Amino acid sequence: MNRGLSRFAGTLACAILTLGFSGAVTAQQPTSIKVGYAISKTGPNAGGANITQIPNYQLWVKEVNDKGGLMLKSVGKRVPIEVIEYDDRSNSEEAVRAVERLITQDKVDLLFPPWGTGLNLAVGPVFNKYGYPQLAFSAVTDRAPELAKRWPNSFWFLGTSKQYVDALVDLLSQMRKDGKINDNVAMVSIADGFGIDLSKAAREGFEKAKFKLAYDKSYPIGTQDLSPLLGEAQRSGADTFVAFSYPPDTVALTDQAKVASFAPKVMFLGVGVGFPLYPQRFGENTEGIMSLGGWQADNKGTAEYRAKHKAMHNRDPDYWGSQVGYASLQMLEQAIEKVGKIDREAIIKELQTGTFDTVIGKVKLENNMPVNAFPLIGQWQKGFFTGVAPAGPGMAAVVVPKAAWKQ
Amino acid sequence: MKPAFLLAAATVAVAVLATVPLYANGYQLSLAITLMNYTVLATAWTLFSGPTRYVSLATVAFFGIGAYTAAVLAERMAWPWILLIALAVGLAVALIVGLSTLRLSGVYFVIFTFGLAELIRQIVTWYEVNVTRTLGRYIFVGIDPADIYWQLLGLAVLVFAAGIVIRRSRLGLALRVIGDDETVARHVGINTTIAKVALFALSAAFMTLCGAVMAPRWTYIDPAIAFSPVVSFQVLIMALLGGVHRLYGPLFGVVPLVLLFEFLLARFPNHFSILVGLAFMLIVYAIPQGIVGFVERMVRRKGEAA
Amino acid sequence: MFAAAVTSGLVLGGMYALIAMGLTLQYGVARIMNLAHGELMIAAAFAAFWLFTSAAVNPLVGLLLVVPAAFAISWAIYRLLLIPLVARAPNRDALEVDSILATFGMLFVIQGVMLVMFGGAYYSYSFLAFPVTIAGATVAANRLLALAFAAVIGVALYLYLTRTRLGTAVRAVAVDPQSAPLVAIDVRATAALAFAFGGALVAAGGVLVSMFLTFNANIGVVFTMKALIVVIMGGVGNLLGCLVAGLILGLAETFVATFVDPGLTLATTYAIFLIILLVRPQGLFGTASR
Repeated sequence: MNRGLSRFAGTLACAILTLGFSGAVTAQQPTSIKVGYAISKTGPNAGGANITQIPNYQLWVKEVNDKGGLMLKSVGKRVPIEVIEYDDRSNSEEAVRAVERLITQDKVDLLFPPWGTGLNLAVGPVFNKYGYPQLAFSAVTDRAPELAKRWPNSFWFLGTSKQYVDALVDLLSQMRKDGKINDNVAMVSIADGFGIDLSKAAREGFEKAKFKLAYDKSYPIGTQDLSPLLGEAQRSGADTFVAFSYPPDTVALTDQAKVASFAPKVMFLGVGVGFPLYPQRFGENTEGIMSLGGWQADNKGTAEYRAKHKAMHNRDPDYWGSQVGYASLQMLEQAIEKVGKIDREAIIKELQTGTFDTVIGKVKLENNMPVNAFPLIGQWQKGFFTGVAPAGPGMAAVVVPKAAWKQ
Repeated sequence: MKPAFLLAAATVAVAVLATVPLYANGYQLSLAITLMNYTVLATAWTLFSGPTRYVSLATVAFFGIGAYTAAVLAERMAWPWILLIALAVGLAVALIVGLSTLRLSGVYFVIFTFGLAELIRQIVTWYEVNVTRTLGRYIFVGIDPADIYWQLLGLAVLVFAAGIVIRRSRLGLALRVIGDDETVARHVGINTTIAKVALFALSAAFMTLCGAVMAPRWTYIDPAIAFSPVVSFQVLIMALLGGVHRLYGPLFGVVPLVLLFEFLLARFPNHFSILVGLAFMLIVYAIPQGIVGFVERMVRRKGEAA
Repeated sequence: MFAAAVTSGLVLGGMYALIAMGLTLQYGVARIMNLAHGELMIAAAFAAFWLFTSAAVNPLVGLLLVVPAAFAISWAIYRLLLIPLVARAPNRDALEVDSILATFGMLFVIQGVMLVMFGGAYYSYSFLAFPVTIAGATVAANRLLALAFAAVIGVALYLYLTRTRLGTAVRAVAVDPQSAPLVAIDVRATAALAFAFGGALVAAGGVLVSMFLTFNANIGVVFTMKALIVVIMGGVGNLLGCLVAGLILGLAETFVATFVDPGLTLATTYAIFLIILLVRPQGLFGTASR
């Protein structure tokens, strides 16, 4: 009985394995370019992935296919893109396996990265082992330069925590010099990789610039009531309030600050400030709130991108990672067209060394990361989340203090 | 079936399984690792929950302890020491938990074990955030997927061996009596607490080692990744599907379910949740005794009819 | 500062109590450990969101639509999916474990349906978000409303269960389902009623909470766990116990966040829960017969 069942299970397993997996027959002339990705359609990462990443992938593929496909000089014509997508369920193990499946079973030509720092790190070794370019644009980690050295095929488009903190601290130092804010900063951060990384960098940055952290606490993921933290921040007498938060808490912080009439001179919140739901929810009250990312109002490229995104998905892109992600895809397209064929090693080399025309402007990577390519700190000004730092051409002046809440 | 024959068959099976990394491609090896991982976890789970009938959701608490310990110690000492330390931590926690909770009954134990995993996760997060100030741990240990597979295979062999040894020992007899009727067990002089705690600790030890072995696969571990609640539930349904009254029962739950999940994930990425839920409900309603129990009942009925 | 913490704590606790009351009825009377509880709440939140944003129906009016629908759906779930488990369970413990497993499957199905309909994105809207000053603290009106509802429903249900005939029948089934038929109580019908009522309650909770919460299809489990904690702390089946336990939990979280460390709020919640399970498993207000 034992053996009979084992045999049955074995046959069933084989049957499912053969049924479930597409047996692609590789043709000599490529009839399509297979692009695969495992993305978090479900699970805790789904919120972010659905805003920043999935719409970009869909938009780019549609645009390329509308043109007829990617131009491959080696075959002298445009070859359309075929997409294979999987749900990694916000789980490292699933993401690793899905990428393995895409590479060895589905035999994809190119891969798009998953969402978030954790998952990009999990699949990093696999991308590296098989030599696929990894254009990560939803990961922020101070170890990005080290990772770029370890995995030369990986590109970290959002940069390091230190870059964002440096930009913020410079901005705040200038405001302090102009006499607009005091020395005290109240900081809260979510107890997750993102919050911890950024708050750690911030602690060092503030200390170096001689700011005092009057309140410095972290809160667990899933905290529903942030009013005790806001109360303490209010009592600390700090003119600057900084929160490294996720969308649900970003919205809760804004909401509860409004109810408590807590309007610090500088209010900097985390992920979510640039999401379409934020201005929808808070309207005029977004005025003056700062966060990571930002767009430049006079940039025609991003304005066009925004219109296209809205037309296809019926909602705006987010003001931080979306444009960067789309730019990374444009770079991939241009690299492929320059190389002329699907030669991943050559494509990686081209990405490392070439200069590209994208919606955020001309981009040339250094150590697999962009330098001064897009605003790091932005602020809501008159219904547009405009870039205010790091200082440079095209950056708007920051507005301080933040206006009082309109109840 | 004669024990000598079974032993020979088992040795051949293990030898065959050990050759898998030699010819499997990256994805097939990944799948094999997943199968091995859940086999170890589900069998370790059944080791305790089968005889005692206590449904435990603490699987991921111990798995996470193993994974996180490995992540913390990753670049500081040799791998065998890391495994040993992870094991020690897991055992310590299991003993504390076992001694304090094994008098809870039925559904309270289930919920307690679930809360335990979350509590450990919160504590580890708080400690990392406030004391060490680093939440995510990077593991760049040079361990190949093939190495992970072989370690898991070794663990699987040990789990089965442990189960068989216990069954034949006095502890096994004591546990069977406890499972049938705990009051009777106490009345015949069995120290039920020690028996249950010992078994709980043994089960936890395997889960902890499993977590430590798997950790290098993900490069980056933070508490959310190490203590993912989905693991506990998946192990539970795999064991239930296979049948918890025999040590080899969970195997018949692990293999079909892992393959089913793979199939559903690949073919129906957008409807995975619905299909998994329906599959699970089907199992609960149609095969409450698990596959092994179901088949045994069929065989018995045929035997009676003959 | 103390007064502010107390007020905030009570308001937060009100939300917890509101969400948990449905579960205590379902578990206490119908003996169903409903793991899909949070999913039904989020489904109600989505319904309220959809009514508010597409049909401009304000959530309080939406309650009148969503709550009866939830009642009917929960009643159908009990009759079609849970009665078979009740029928075959040899004893109370077996039914509880079986119901955990079956509702776990249901959780995935409901979550899957919401994912297909709404995707994984975050949703949020604002209603009645103006500040109200009470006892030295400022809270949002919509959160205060949730607390008020919890209190009113808790007391009303308590009175119903103790002062009316049907209510007493419900309590009888909760205490001893074996003996209840001896006094001509239809156990199945009563249990179905209690389960349906529990579903209606959690849907009401979902609608009210959606006014201030940012939610997506995946966060149901977080609320199920919180509800479970409140239910067990308060004593299974005991509505007033549930209300008090919810308030205590809200106060504990807020006090820890204000005076100790916000990072320990969830750890405190689980620690309190585990301690209660160890020291007094029947809950603060439960009877020792469990």
